[in-house]
Amino acid sequence: MIKLEKVTKVYADGTRAVNGMNFEVEQGELCVFLGPSGCGKTTTMKMINRLIPITSGNIYIDGVDNTKINASELRRNIGYAIQEIGLFPHLTVGQNIETVPVLKGWSKSQRRERAEELLELVRMKPSEFIDKYPNELSGGQRQRVGVARALGADPPILLMDEPFGAIDPINRVELQSEFLKIQQKIKKTIIFVTHDIYEAIKMGDRIALMKDGKLVQYDTPADLLYQPKDEFVEGFVGADRALKGLQLLRVKEVMTGTYTTANIEEKAEVVRKRMEAEGIDLLPVVDNSGRFAGSVSISDIMSSSRAANVKDVMNQSEATSDVNAVLNEALSLMLSSGLKTLPIVGEDNRLAGILTFDAIQEALHEAVKAGGTK
Amino acid sequence: MLEAWEFIVRRPELLAEWVLAHLWIIFVAVIIAVFLGAFLGIFITGKGREQIADTTLYLAEIVMTIPSLALFGLLMLLLGSIGLKSIGFLPAVIALIVYGQLPILRNTYTAIRAVDPAMVEAGRGMGMTERQILFKIELPLAVPVIMAGIRTSIVLLIGIATIAAFIGASGLGVPIFRGIRNARMDLILIGGISVSVLALLVDGLMSLVERRITPKGLKVGRQ
Repeated sequence: MIKLEKVTKVYADGTRAVNGMNFEVEQGELCVFLGPSGCGKTTTMKMINRLIPITSGNIYIDGVDNTKINASELRRNIGYAIQEIGLFPHLTVGQNIETVPVLKGWSKSQRRERAEELLELVRMKPSEFIDKYPNELSGGQRQRVGVARALGADPPILLMDEPFGAIDPINRVELQSEFLKIQQKIKKTIIFVTHDIYEAIKMGDRIALMKDGKLVQYDTPADLLYQPKDEFVEGFVGADRALKGLQLLRVKEVMTGTYTTANIEEKAEVVRKRMEAEGIDLLPVVDNSGRFAGSVSISDIMSSSRAANVKDVMNQSEATSDVNAVLNEALSLMLSSGLKTLPIVGEDNRLAGILTFDAIQEALHEAVKAGGTK
Repeated sequence: MLEAWEFIVRRPELLAEWVLAHLWIIFVAVIIAVFLGAFLGIFITGKGREQIADTTLYLAEIVMTIPSLALFGLLMLLLGSIGLKSIGFLPAVIALIVYGQLPILRNTYTAIRAVDPAMVEAGRGMGMTERQILFKIELPLAVPVIMAGIRTSIVLLIGIATIAAFIGASGLGVPIFRGIRNARMDLILIGGISVSVLALLVDGLMSLVERRITPKGLKVGRQ
């Protein structure tokens, strides 16, 4: 989809920002450009949509040399999202998202429909936000609109330059996860620039690690973590690579899927006996259609009247994690909430399984072992 | 003061004539000054024109330091030497256009230069041409500052236009000059107060216009 051949950028002052870069990004892949500042990652990205002219070498998009395409035309077919977001403050959210469709001459109704669709995609209610101005939004909302705008004319390729860089850490993690979900649906070919190794590991199908304008290693996050090519990579990845591996695993790959549950309508006493028989002291509770409703512990039941139903004694405000969450987020939640078993929910808040410390430890150990023997 | 009032009551049509003539000169001068200033301001923000920009702004500042009386006089002689009408409306309008340039030119230049580069890069990155960047991003964002420049320029010109009477143009300078020559306090007061009131009124009106054409998105904010 995107192919770089001996791509080199020498600035007027003689700085070699990018030096003979060769690699290819497959269709539908999210490729992260990672490296310390000044490594050439942003320059490389901007040569793809020709915001920075190439000095020598070639960049092919779908087999076509990008210098053979009119620059504006090229850019209208490549989504672009930047760190400062760059939303136009004098235009509404809807008009911002419609920027490229307007440039491409779409009809008014077609544009509006697309803007509404994209707002839905980034989980913002169209009726509430489409006519708002960027200055009326929070940082996270603006970032979402920035992503929606980049997707405006449904381009096959997206370039994202530290798109979540300006967001506070908590919202950033959430936006990253949301964006991954979106990417599962839209399957774009994405170049994602970051200097944050955590972000790279979490987001990337592949990571291009760069240093001094050169590509050092181009691999999957797991290979980069467990099979670093040289000392630079090892140092950049860090000594805590086993911990960083938490980012590579999804909750659904580690959780225990089949698990005893209690139903909200059951008699508490019956459930208590079952728990005692199986030696469990905390049980997830589901409603009649399998949705997660809360958790119940033996002590909850002991301290209530004998005739009570589960729903009367259960604890509703229990923390849960999504099946698609990254493992380190779930682990962090377990540590902060003090839960030894974390209920995992899937679509529609249906209970999907539970996560335990033992399962996490085992999964991590497996990953490190597999990486070391490959 | 009382005499001035009596004069107005006696000859309202004279006052009206001066006010209208005054406004007309300014109107014509401002329209031309705005187009010229905005056009020049946009032109000098172009890539690789930093030197031209510096020179142009410097020249505009020098022009401002020329005493207006001298400029009117100079124009009178200049226009006369090339065979154009050297007194009255034409030299007055030209002088006002020249004087009105600096605030408009400088504000247009500064406002466009001040547009967040991230905004411009976002536009370019999405495939806008340079012209589209100017008209869809830079100018709308620069509107409030450009408008402020126009407003300053107009208020300035309302005052300076009184001197146009010196080279035979009509306007509120006429009663002032006549008052000075004939030691008529009432005429001086009528001219002077009218100019001030006019300046205040036009300034208020322009602030309304300014607020009106500022893009709504620049006025709202999270509370």
